[in-house]
Amino acid sequence: MATTSQTETSLTGTKNQETVILVEAIHKYYELGETRVHALRGATVEIARGEFVTIMGASGSGKSTFMNILGCLDKPSAGRYLLEGVEVSSLSKKELAAIRNRKIGFVFQGFNLLSRTTALENVELPTLYARVSKAEGEKRSREALALVGLADRVEHFPSQLSGGQQQRVAIARALVNRPSILLADEPTGNLDSRTSVEIMDIFQKLNDEGLTIVLVTHEPDIAQFAKRSIQFRDGKIRRDDWIQNRPVASEVIKNLPKLED
Amino acid sequence: MDLLAIIRIAMRALARNKMRSVLTMLGIIIGVGAVIAMLGVGQGAQQTMQEQIQAMGSNMLFVGAGTVTRSGMHMGWGSTKSLIYDDMLAIMRECPAAHAAAPGSNTSGHVVFGNDNWVTRLNGTEPQYFDIRSWPFFEGSAFTQNDVEMSANVAVIGETVRKNLFGATDPIGQTIRINNLPFRVTGVLMPKGTSAAMGDDQDDIILVPLTTLQKKITGQPWLRWIMVQALSRQGSYAAQEQISSLLRERHRIRAGDDADFFVRNLADMADVADEAGRVMTLLLASIASVSLIVGGIGIMNIMLVSVTERTREIGLRMAIGATEGNVQQQFLIEAVVLSLMGGITGIIFGLGASYVIAQTLGWPVLVSPLVIVIAVLFSMAVGVFFGFYPARKAAQLDPIEALRYE
Repeated sequence: MATTSQTETSLTGTKNQETVILVEAIHKYYELGETRVHALRGATVEIARGEFVTIMGASGSGKSTFMNILGCLDKPSAGRYLLEGVEVSSLSKKELAAIRNRKIGFVFQGFNLLSRTTALENVELPTLYARVSKAEGEKRSREALALVGLADRVEHFPSQLSGGQQQRVAIARALVNRPSILLADEPTGNLDSRTSVEIMDIFQKLNDEGLTIVLVTHEPDIAQFAKRSIQFRDGKIRRDDWIQNRPVASEVIKNLPKLED
Repeated sequence: MDLLAIIRIAMRALARNKMRSVLTMLGIIIGVGAVIAMLGVGQGAQQTMQEQIQAMGSNMLFVGAGTVTRSGMHMGWGSTKSLIYDDMLAIMRECPAAHAAAPGSNTSGHVVFGNDNWVTRLNGTEPQYFDIRSWPFFEGSAFTQNDVEMSANVAVIGETVRKNLFGATDPIGQTIRINNLPFRVTGVLMPKGTSAAMGDDQDDIILVPLTTLQKKITGQPWLRWIMVQALSRQGSYAAQEQISSLLRERHRIRAGDDADFFVRNLADMADVADEAGRVMTLLLASIASVSLIVGGIGIMNIMLVSVTERTREIGLRMAIGATEGNVQQQFLIEAVVLSLMGGITGIIFGLGASYVIAQTLGWPVLVSPLVIVIAVLFSMAVGVFFGFYPARKAAQLDPIEALRYE
């Protein structure tokens, strides 16, 4: 339970690495009529480039609020949040949109693909809001789809894809603008266990290539695929541990029974 | 994000709900179609009226002998004996704005040819009358000044009279009996049709030399009217002033007393008809634009539904980098595409309706290119106006809430 000292050592351990996310004593409260809901009560986290962090915690622990702030969808009420050295709290809505577009890739539990829109066009979506030419956007989108193993599903509509494939399209969409961090909010929440491990396999491979990933999950066996685990409780960080003996997802899949159709 | 991409997205979004989009568009289609057709009908009518007034000569003035009140009784138009031939000569001499003038008197004539007879207006005048009224001949020619001096029994007939008396027979040189006197027909006038301004059949007329009418038929030496042609349509107002003051002086009418004549300006009438046409067109168009507004409300309604339905999509777009402006633009353009497509279809329908109206009612329908341009711009404006609120609503969604929306 010696969380603080753990954090200290982890920070010293990554000292020579570049800090991507620096959150200092952030607070978030919502005014609900008379009462004030305190969602975050002074959380401090530093995440270096190339880390793979899971965020865990019961509902109401503040982890969703934390993710929203990391994703620049929400601003902290107090404290600082620096993304690649940029103080996010001071940015305008337009600048925040640009950061979400270029520096952050989102993966959601419900995939959030546009129906009646092909996989390719779904992946292209972020490039439409970036200053990227149509041709360049399409090229990048095809590359991103190839990266998640869907090169042959480019023209498929979401309704023609399985849940795992849909989530992989969503991951490709998150990657298309080459973000600094990938934020995944319960990406395996709607998937069966085998497909979940497949998704974690993709995350591990992306992380091996240097992508910083922050992942929220309820499931401890999914969390163990990451390198570092942060636990939230009552708006504060309770634990911040390095994960020992983490399994390799591609190895785990081999031992899983194939699903009978 | 370039405009073309947004338009493509908008088209796709509209194609997703084809039936709904078409029904929404229908409001605009009917609105624009109705406006186009109504403006077409209105302007057509206006132009017809103008043409008919032009046909009468818009730079013409009509000086009529006034009414006289005898022991409290109005005797009707031309009951005074004060308008005389010398008045016309004086007008020509002293009114610089008057270019030409023709004197006239009229009565009703009973005309007989062979077994046919007809009752019509019988006018006595001088040959310049036909020039002043710019009334060409269908065949034959006018009587001459010599005929006037000789009080010759010659007549010019209108198309209605020709049709009723002669049928297929060539009337030129034939002898007809007017009020039991024989007259030789010298010419048939070009049909002018029914006057929209007056509502009477202008071709139901016989014209004879003034002196013939005065001496042989009515026995009255005074005039009932003088037709004056001003130099121009603008000049007709000056001519009206000049004639009025000249005749008041000649007839010794004290300031403040009623004149025993009246001067009617056809330019005035053209203006009145113009104004009436404009009012009618405006009235028709404003009734039609009510349906355009209803169509716009339909667009607003469907856009609001669309924003609610696509809350998650909006949240997603914001999360992956769409600014409020991007989202607002997207929905605004969707509304404009909807209304513009409706508008263009409406124009086609409106033109079709105008054609059908023109064919069935025999009414000229005039759709000017300007009206079409205005219709396109107006339907765009409807899209912007009624799309703005839903688009604003979409842009102001909180992305976190929107993503969580079920």
